[in-house]
Amino acid sequence: MWQTLRPNVKNLRFWQIGVLIGLFGLWYVLTEPGLIPPLFFSSENDAKFFFGEPVRILARIWTWFVVDRDIYQHLWVTLLETVLAFLIGTLSGLVMGMWLALSPLAAAIFDPYIKALNSMPRVILAPIFAVWFGLGIASKVALGFTLVFFIVFFNVYQGVKEVSPTVLANARMLGATRQQLLRHVYLPSATSWVFSSLHTSVGLAFVGAVVGEYLGSSRGVGYLILQAEGTFDINTVMAGILVLTAFALVLDSIVGRVERHLMKWQPRAGETEKL
Amino acid sequence: MTAALSLRDITCTFVGRDDRSQRYTAVREVTLDVAPGEFVSVVGPTGCGKSTLLNVAAGLLEPSVGSVRVFGEPLVGINRRAGYMFQTEALMPWRTARDNVLAGLQFRGLSETDAGAVVDDWLTRVGLTGFGDRYPHQLSGGMRKRTSLAQTLVLDPDIILMDEPFSALDIQTRQLMENEVLDLWAAKRKAVLFITHDLDEAIAMSDRVVVLSAGPASHPIGEFVIDLTRPRDVAEVRVTGRFIELHKAIWGVLREEVLKGYAQQKKAA
Repeated sequence: MWQTLRPNVKNLRFWQIGVLIGLFGLWYVLTEPGLIPPLFFSSENDAKFFFGEPVRILARIWTWFVVDRDIYQHLWVTLLETVLAFLIGTLSGLVMGMWLALSPLAAAIFDPYIKALNSMPRVILAPIFAVWFGLGIASKVALGFTLVFFIVFFNVYQGVKEVSPTVLANARMLGATRQQLLRHVYLPSATSWVFSSLHTSVGLAFVGAVVGEYLGSSRGVGYLILQAEGTFDINTVMAGILVLTAFALVLDSIVGRVERHLMKWQPRAGETEKL
Repeated sequence: MTAALSLRDITCTFVGRDDRSQRYTAVREVTLDVAPGEFVSVVGPTGCGKSTLLNVAAGLLEPSVGSVRVFGEPLVGINRRAGYMFQTEALMPWRTARDNVLAGLQFRGLSETDAGAVVDDWLTRVGLTGFGDRYPHQLSGGMRKRTSLAQTLVLDPDIILMDEPFSALDIQTRQLMENEVLDLWAAKRKAVLFITHDLDEAIAMSDRVVVLSAGPASHPIGEFVIDLTRPRDVAEVRVTGRFIELHKAIWGVLREEVLKGYAQQKKAA
């Protein structure tokens, strides 16, 4: 019995789900009034007030998605903001990173400004963006953009700087023009660096969208959370957080899938198979 | 007859990036000609500026003093008539072996359908049939070198520059590759400038061996015509009497330089 249950590569999924169920079980036991005597709080109802009740939270999510079907418009807005911020931020980070890495003079001029912008706490820009772009999607995209851009930018910059000089010289000897070097040497070389940053930046695009919504909006999951907080409805807040987490995981796995497809030239450990 | 490649009084002085007063003269007043169809090897102790010379011939490095002529024309920028085989890994890791061989033709504006047949022909010639879809990290060191060879030769360059191309290979693979290169060269008769620190390899392959002095400011100190008959087998030729004679003569000149180079490196360390 233990032989088949014991954690191994095949029943990995099973164990992962097991951990999730275990966590929810623990959460339930610790917050449900009357189940165990209060360990930390003075009243047995306090735990559920502060941490929510898993059963109600799941019921809330069920209502959102199946019964009332009213979360889709909010989710759609948040995802749109995230994806837009992610795409625009990544693309401009890529272009700027390549440009500055290939023209050292421009890099030298802009260097202090880029460092200053990067070290600035950019979340503080959210109110300004709200004034500039209004309370709609644009201000959230702008916030997410400022978070994503710098991560991708620095990685591309590094990636282009670290192109193997021999590979570069070889491509030049094979007759590559400047454009061809850009397309066939610098870009593929930088992509491996970009992908290592994309996992971080997809998460930050989400942060930008939700924080933006939180500070002022009329739609989006961040808005739902803010509304629920106003009425101390901790269950809805928790439900919102869970939904956001799940979708962040989905976006991250999409990035991972694209990465595996584009990066198949990279060596991976353990390519032999035991027969 | 005009030389395929002609280096005249080449001097290369490197200046420190941070400290302009830090100077290092790698090669001084080097004059070297390679005739069309001639196989010339340059030997010398480590760190004597052999690679510098090759980079100058390739147009990757501009000499401080001196001029380079390619088939009589002064060289400006990259040497378009030359193919360069590097010492270290030079394949694009994100391209398969086949796409790496295709690269040069692609840069020249040929479409894959036009170039495909030539590329496959070269993959066969270097013995990589069936390995075209592998990425460089999936190939062995010898296979990667053969891919590099095909990548360089598919463009049919008039001058072939090789920078210790086989130094990273084991001795068996190395002799196989040396014979392959000789066969390919015999078929096309291009001008070859071959850099090596291995005297055996230089004698076995070349028409002429040039010995460079120890650095800094190295310059040619001896030139030997190798009159061994062709075609040669690099493993067999090594045991002939003439080979041993030549080896003795060249080693007599090279030995002192190697010791000098070694002493300098020890002093610097």
